[in-house]
Amino acid sequence: MIKLGVPSKGRLMGDTFSWFGKRGITLSKAGSDREYVGKVDGIEGVELVLLSAGEIPRELAAGRIHLGVTGTDMVHEKLSLWDRHVAPVVEMGFGNADLILAVPACWTDVTTLHDLDAVAARFRRDHGYRLRIATKYHRLTRGFLRDFGVADYQLVDSQGATEGVVKNETAEAIADITSTGSTLRANHLRILEDGLILQSQATVWRSLAADVDVSEVVDRLV
Amino acid sequence: MTQVETDRILAVFLATGAERVQADILQPAEVLLDLYGEDIRSRAYVTHDPLRGEMMLRPDFTVPVVQRHMAENAEPAMYTYAGPVFRAQQEDTGRPTEYNQVGFEVFDRADPAGVEARVFAVFHGILAPLGCRASMGDIGLLMAAIDGLSTTDARKAALKRHVWRPHRFADLLKRFAAPVRQVAKPLGGPHIGVRSGSDVSARHQMLEDEAKLNPIAKGEIELLENLLAVQGPLEDALADLGLMANDFPALDSAVQRLADRVAALDAAGVPLADLDFAAGYGLTSMEYYDGFVFGFSSAGGDTVASGGRYDALTRVLGQGRDVPAVGGVIRPELTAQLAGDVA
Repeated sequence: MIKLGVPSKGRLMGDTFSWFGKRGITLSKAGSDREYVGKVDGIEGVELVLLSAGEIPRELAAGRIHLGVTGTDMVHEKLSLWDRHVAPVVEMGFGNADLILAVPACWTDVTTLHDLDAVAARFRRDHGYRLRIATKYHRLTRGFLRDFGVADYQLVDSQGATEGVVKNETAEAIADITSTGSTLRANHLRILEDGLILQSQATVWRSLAADVDVSEVVDRLV
Repeated sequence: MTQVETDRILAVFLATGAERVQADILQPAEVLLDLYGEDIRSRAYVTHDPLRGEMMLRPDFTVPVVQRHMAENAEPAMYTYAGPVFRAQQEDTGRPTEYNQVGFEVFDRADPAGVEARVFAVFHGILAPLGCRASMGDIGLLMAAIDGLSTTDARKAALKRHVWRPHRFADLLKRFAAPVRQVAKPLGGPHIGVRSGSDVSARHQMLEDEAKLNPIAKGEIELLENLLAVQGPLEDALADLGLMANDFPALDSAVQRLADRVAALDAAGVPLADLDFAAGYGLTSMEYYDGFVFGFSSAGGDTVASGGRYDALTRVLGQGRDVPAVGGVIRPELTAQLAGDVA
């Protein structure tokens, strides 16, 4: 039995269901809408596993699911050496989002990472602590800042409502997912010119740890 | 086998008169983060203590040994220690995540060249018989060259802040060697956050002033590049650097310090012909060595030992008080293996 992991909630689940539907594979929740048991019609030998999008990379890496739907951002953030554990099968054309670095719009002197780094040095001298960047994408953000060479910052964890941290004075900048940028603007934040960390979209992934032949399913998807 | 080798190396360090010290495996994360930056998180194991907050499995002994020394306040002092350190590996799955270090640290204000030579000679005495090759460098040369550039203190400070990040350093140098690019001021917004409006206008003023600056002269950039390219047998490198200092007097005192060190190494009985020098050596290691740096590598290419001078670190940890410090560590797992090969 091939186990297919799909996000268990919201728009990502709905879009995934209709994407599979267009390929003649009907995914649905069994029983009531609150139940996390899935049903698959239109293809034999596939079992639907409903999971949080953030847990799908880990389950794929462990081989407990054989195919899975989640964003590029989740796979790159959650898995070290991700390409040893999973392989992309097909990009699904929805769930597009950019992981970006943004600063307060009132920082009119900061448009690039170079500026951010210069301000971080000064900020630490003035305030006695390292400039705080709020994010839930710790690995990706840290790697991005290391590759450029930004110093004197610290990451603070923010699992939601990240756009509000600057106003609340719990961080000076953020690294977060955005699709249209409207939430950022509403919270008086501006993306740095060279602040694109990763472009993400919903993708079907194949586990490299699974010893199950998924080629028949894959052929239907691509 | 590692224990026997550890004891053998410890005995050599103890014979110099060093005092054996211990350090906790769990260290407060905050001190290490402030010192090494956020990047240490990807290289150290971070854990959480319900009462003491974020802790790290010690990535090295340097910080606890320096803290202990600062608290005891006796000088000069020599310490030795041994035990496991822990390094998370994000990408290289072949590298060990837990290994032993045997270390030797000297805190002494007198005769810097003599202290450096003494420390190096002890390491050389242990490692040369195992067929290890010594390399050394001197981050003080690059610092002196930066100080000698015809530019503002702000630009010098920016360059010095990034000497341990060669890629960013090269970017900054390129930026400072070109006329300043004028950038359109983006649309602002209501003031939010801790950084004040006057901080923003102060930086705008600074950027305006910077736009009027002359780029760093091409000749000076070349000099810096030539300096970083100096590499070869120690005595040849010293001669090259001497010539460079003729054109660039800012290097004089740093080159003199190197010459003093070479003389002290010779006096300590280290065969100078065994030694390689590279001006860029040690720039990518953890950012605390700020003068003399050295390392020993096996024929197989493993770094078996490393060390150097780290006055800047003692300055940060001592909150203004600084103690000249030179030290290094040996990895007994690797030397045990080499000793087996030699025997």
